[in-house]
Amino acid sequence: MPELIIEPGRSERQYWRDLWRYRELFYILAWRDISVRYKQTAIGVAWALIQPLLTMLIMTVVFGKVAGLPSDGDAPYSLMVFAAMLPWQFFSTALSTASQSLVSNANLISKVYFPRMIVPASAVITSFVDFLLSFLILIGMMAWYRFWPDWRILTLPLFMALAFLAAVGPGLWITAMNVKYRDFRYVIPFVVQIGLYVSPVAYSSSVIRQRFGDVAFTVYSLNPMVGVIDGFRWAILGGEARIFWPGFLLSLVFVFLLLIVGVWHFRTTERSFADII
Amino acid sequence: MPPVIRVENLGKKYTLRHQGEAGVRYRRFSEELLDALKRPLRSLLRAPHSLTPSTSHLTPGSREEFWALRNVSFEVQQGEVLGIIGRNGAGKSTLLKILSRITEPTEGRVTLNGRVASLLEVGTGFHPELTGRENVFLNGAVLGMSRAEIRRKFDEIVAFAEVEKFLDTPVKRYSSGMYVRLAFAVAAHLEPEILIVDEVLAVGDQAFQRKCFSKMHSAMQEGRTILFVSHNIPAVTDLCATAILLERGHIRAAGAAVEIAGTYLTSLNVCSELALRDRTDRTGQGKVRLHAVEVRTTGMADSGAAACGQPACFAFRLSTMIPHLVCRFTIYDEAGHPILHMATEARDKVDQAAADDDVLLCEVDELLLAPGQYRINVALSADGDVQDHVEGAAGFTVQPGVLRGRPIGDSAFARAVMPYAWRAVSSAELAGTGTGVRN
Repeated sequence: MPELIIEPGRSERQYWRDLWRYRELFYILAWRDISVRYKQTAIGVAWALIQPLLTMLIMTVVFGKVAGLPSDGDAPYSLMVFAAMLPWQFFSTALSTASQSLVSNANLISKVYFPRMIVPASAVITSFVDFLLSFLILIGMMAWYRFWPDWRILTLPLFMALAFLAAVGPGLWITAMNVKYRDFRYVIPFVVQIGLYVSPVAYSSSVIRQRFGDVAFTVYSLNPMVGVIDGFRWAILGGEARIFWPGFLLSLVFVFLLLIVGVWHFRTTERSFADII
Repeated sequence: MPPVIRVENLGKKYTLRHQGEAGVRYRRFSEELLDALKRPLRSLLRAPHSLTPSTSHLTPGSREEFWALRNVSFEVQQGEVLGIIGRNGAGKSTLLKILSRITEPTEGRVTLNGRVASLLEVGTGFHPELTGRENVFLNGAVLGMSRAEIRRKFDEIVAFAEVEKFLDTPVKRYSSGMYVRLAFAVAAHLEPEILIVDEVLAVGDQAFQRKCFSKMHSAMQEGRTILFVSHNIPAVTDLCATAILLERGHIRAAGAAVEIAGTYLTSLNVCSELALRDRTDRTGQGKVRLHAVEVRTTGMADSGAAACGQPACFAFRLSTMIPHLVCRFTIYDEAGHPILHMATEARDKVDQAAADDDVLLCEVDELLLAPGQYRINVALSADGDVQDHVEGAAGFTVQPGVLRGRPIGDSAFARAVMPYAWRAVSSAELAGTGTGVRN
């Protein structure tokens, strides 16, 4: 057993080893949150399916039929919307729960040692489980429309990983800020609301490109979800759906940037969590 | 063999931020932004030749530094069981938090040679909606056990907690005793090299506490190093060989547990640093005030100690002597149990006080208190109204002495003594004569 030295300001080489040693905690905290969520509800697990389904139906009616927004290529509009709803729901719930996670688990943080990064990460994992359930609905919808995807659907895990990282970066940063400044959590519902319209969920991103040009689109791609949603659509809908690669790469770079900033800020402030929380 | 724990010059500082009357409040990001904007404006608006120093440390929003620990250094060897005692606020929990890596020190360093498991709270992570079974896995994982380990020890844990029948009901339905038993059962099956326990054994009933102690004993026998924080001094002296006494963030004493426990208890009994005369923590109308209390063996010069079995006197110095004065005082032992109560009664000649008498003397022919530490509370009344009432007015020591020829030494068994004699009699004599005081 190597010597462990505790000193102010000592950067923990042990930290990453500890993350591995405590790896089961990722799973256990996520399992706890999911179990508790469904323990007392009468509908139980069904709620995880009903929610995205309802949202998709409403979106189809409002934006597709009422507003008349066009679909991407020859895929049905509701499928196009749902292919974007999947990552968007994941991202928004992951960000919302992750940003509150440290404060909600204050009792653990002040009494037990474990690498604190596990807490927001397990919040993202919880959202991932919901994502998987919604994915079942997607499969159901594809069967309904008899719309079969091509080989590109195999790349979906890559885009999923991108969505994961896109949620983890800002999530870590916001949850660390929220420990010190408790009014920070009011930013999240606002960001999520705006994000739903700014991100190409109800419409295709090609609409933006056609109307505002390539340069504007590149700026638009700074929103990390643009890259993720375009990727999802590309993988799921196949056929006509295209990705604008410069925009996508910019999104990708920005996701990694946010991730690095998030992790760095979290690690720097982590040592004072137990004192402030 | 290097020490398992080495603490060098450890210090922990907290910055308290005072927000007006209400003490500490969380900071708001919106306030920070406004503050940042206001700061350059503030320096512009201040008069150029202003000699007034910045008084920001006095206004609401000011900060204050508080050292919870300072210059703490000690070493713990493999297999040692160290007790950490001290009053509330001495810094015990802060020290444990640093050793458990929950919080970071401000200065100094700690070197650990072994896996640490901390029990700072019973039932950390327990969720009321989950069943007992689920909570065992949750709590175990949070404390650092792997799932395989928990599965292996599951039956033992449940047997220790005695909750087999209720494993699958949500923990919110448990009685507080069951909750505590289950929580401790999980923690008791940790197998770290270094175990840190913070007053968690104070919960639960007697049977449970006995179980906890036996578990700690077996941990000791397995050669684990244990750090034990508690207010239960007999438990500390029972379990620990060595102890340290923390006082306001510093180590006041370190050494054998029994000795340190004694130092701690003595310090508790020192009632106040202020002279009795100046103390304000008293009640009563105030026509007469107690200025000092002296306890001594009659004829000795030293006050504060009296010999057991010998004549003693309690002298109460008063601010003034008033008519119809009644003085009552109670003597308490170390544990706070009242032992004796003495009061002036009508038949004492207090009323016949001379003009310059300002000391009330209580004389005892034989002091029948066993050797040890004692404390007295005093109440002065006149005409039915309490004039002055002070708790812990003075402390004194009763030293070993001689009671009617019988030497009385230190005894942990009793607080009182009395004169007695032994002799052998036949049953017939006992039955026949009754009281049988033979001469």
